[in-house]
Amino acid sequence: MDILKTYKIYIGGSFPRTESGRYYPIADATGKTLANVCLSSRKDVRNAVVAARKAFGGWSEKTAFNRGQILYRIAEMLDGRKGQFIDELMDQGISKSKAEKEVEQSVDRVVYYAGWADKYQQVASSVNPVSSSHFNFSALEPMGIIGIIAPQENSLLGLIELAIPAICGGNTAVVVASESYPLCSITFAEVLHSSDVPGGVVNILTGKVAELAPALAGHMDINALVSCPLGELQTSLALSCVENLKRNFIYTDPNRQGLNFITDLQEVKTTWHPIESIGGATSSY
Amino acid sequence: MRKSFDPTTMLSHITVDKVGVEERVARFQTRSIKSESKLQGLKMVLNMIDLTTLEGKDTPGKVQQMCYKAQHLHDVHPGLPCVAAVCVYPSMVGTAKKALSNSSVKIASVSTAFPSGQSTREIKISDTKFAADEGADEIDMVISRGKFLAGEHSFVFDEIAAIKEACGKARLKVILETGELSTLDNVRLASDIAIHAGADFIKTSTGKIQPAATMQVTYTMLMAIKDYFDKTGIMVGMKPAGGISTSKLALHNLVMVKEVLGNAWLSNDWFRFGASSLANDVLMQIIKTETGLYQSTDYFSID
Repeated sequence: MDILKTYKIYIGGSFPRTESGRYYPIADATGKTLANVCLSSRKDVRNAVVAARKAFGGWSEKTAFNRGQILYRIAEMLDGRKGQFIDELMDQGISKSKAEKEVEQSVDRVVYYAGWADKYQQVASSVNPVSSSHFNFSALEPMGIIGIIAPQENSLLGLIELAIPAICGGNTAVVVASESYPLCSITFAEVLHSSDVPGGVVNILTGKVAELAPALAGHMDINALVSCPLGELQTSLALSCVENLKRNFIYTDPNRQGLNFITDLQEVKTTWHPIESIGGATSSY
Repeated sequence: MRKSFDPTTMLSHITVDKVGVEERVARFQTRSIKSESKLQGLKMVLNMIDLTTLEGKDTPGKVQQMCYKAQHLHDVHPGLPCVAAVCVYPSMVGTAKKALSNSSVKIASVSTAFPSGQSTREIKISDTKFAADEGADEIDMVISRGKFLAGEHSFVFDEIAAIKEACGKARLKVILETGELSTLDNVRLASDIAIHAGADFIKTSTGKIQPAATMQVTYTMLMAIKDYFDKTGIMVGMKPAGGISTSKLALHNLVMVKEVLGNAWLSNDWFRFGASSLANDVLMQIIKTETGLYQSTDYFSID
């Protein structure tokens, strides 16, 4: 007997149904219904943000090394369930070769950012020359909660490419999954759930981008909004972001891998520390 | 004249139907509140809050800051009510009195060796007198839970009556510390004792023990108040304290008070919330209701 999987959303480390009780069907290429997926509401966004804020303190204070270990664990778990992800992508009408490539690349990306976790700080921080007797240095700090609108195509890879660098840098995330291909996002939530990622660090909602994205953009407790081009919606989202001076990143280049995906979501803190002289022959350093 | 304890007339000898209480309470939580009434409800909640700081690390500075907040909850948004009272330790009453000199905000002081209540009658009385002399408008006393659980009900009754006397003009709130009373039957019994001994308010908890103000416990106490009112025509106030940190829970409590006791209790003369973090959540909800945007604690005062 086939057991049909119930796809729920992922908030605060548990898998609730949407509070609105609404669903929408996902069909395969032949039009046969594959699954009913939660049509999340503004209130689910609110609950996810509360969970993300609660998780932020603990996650951002973990050591960079530990975050790297946890990210690497995600890659391991993802790799172990490759077959399931490939099947799921193919069910949604993606060709076998494309599906395999997408899952391969997904694992690859997670490993890439796992490696960066305890290195981006050294690379992107700086000691700055100043013309007074101060030791002046700039270091990165996570922004807080990142609202992420995953791209519609490459539903698994795209989600990973936007969400993993955010949490790599100590942020927590509220992700709106691909509207048309949402199945992998919830299976990926199961991967996160079994990878020592604390509940609330990544929260994943399925539903209409046009309904959920404005709720993210207008939310005062979200510190940055990350998306790929969204067409007409883009302008109104940008306007909503103004209310709390939320940063609004739109990644147009389809090649989405690099250090800047981490550092974009970091604030820079510069410290002036009074000291005699730096780097000179008589310096105490 | 001080009253004496008479179990046959004073106690209702009612056993509480726990399953029934849970069902009734669950129904209060399903009431649909439309946004216009919600806004009024939230403002009412603000006006019923006893803004509380009861920590070993309290300083005059902390109390002054809290007193300022009590009068200026969120100045960027005009037209908000202020809270009902501030609630502090007796040693801080003088500071609070000075800070609130020109305001309608009342000063409540805990007393009687709060939070444990483990001290002698003399010390508890002098603790209370000190707070009242310093200018407290309300006294929040704790009952001796050890004695109560040991069955020494007349001891508990006499103690409350003695403290009531020591309060002078100040109104007396009696904290039952329901988290230590184990059963709803005990909560009902303790409520009856406190009410008959002269409590102006009965209050669930100190905030130091979990569970604190669950709706089941509050409902049981509201029923004790209702039965006493039906019998004597005398109103007694209610103050759930501890654990009510969200607007939603506060609104559920208001619904419960309205449906159990009626509109007469929907004022801060007869109903209070003891809370430290509730005020900010209610403020955030009010702003959210008016702007449609979910709010962040970043834009509200910390204490």
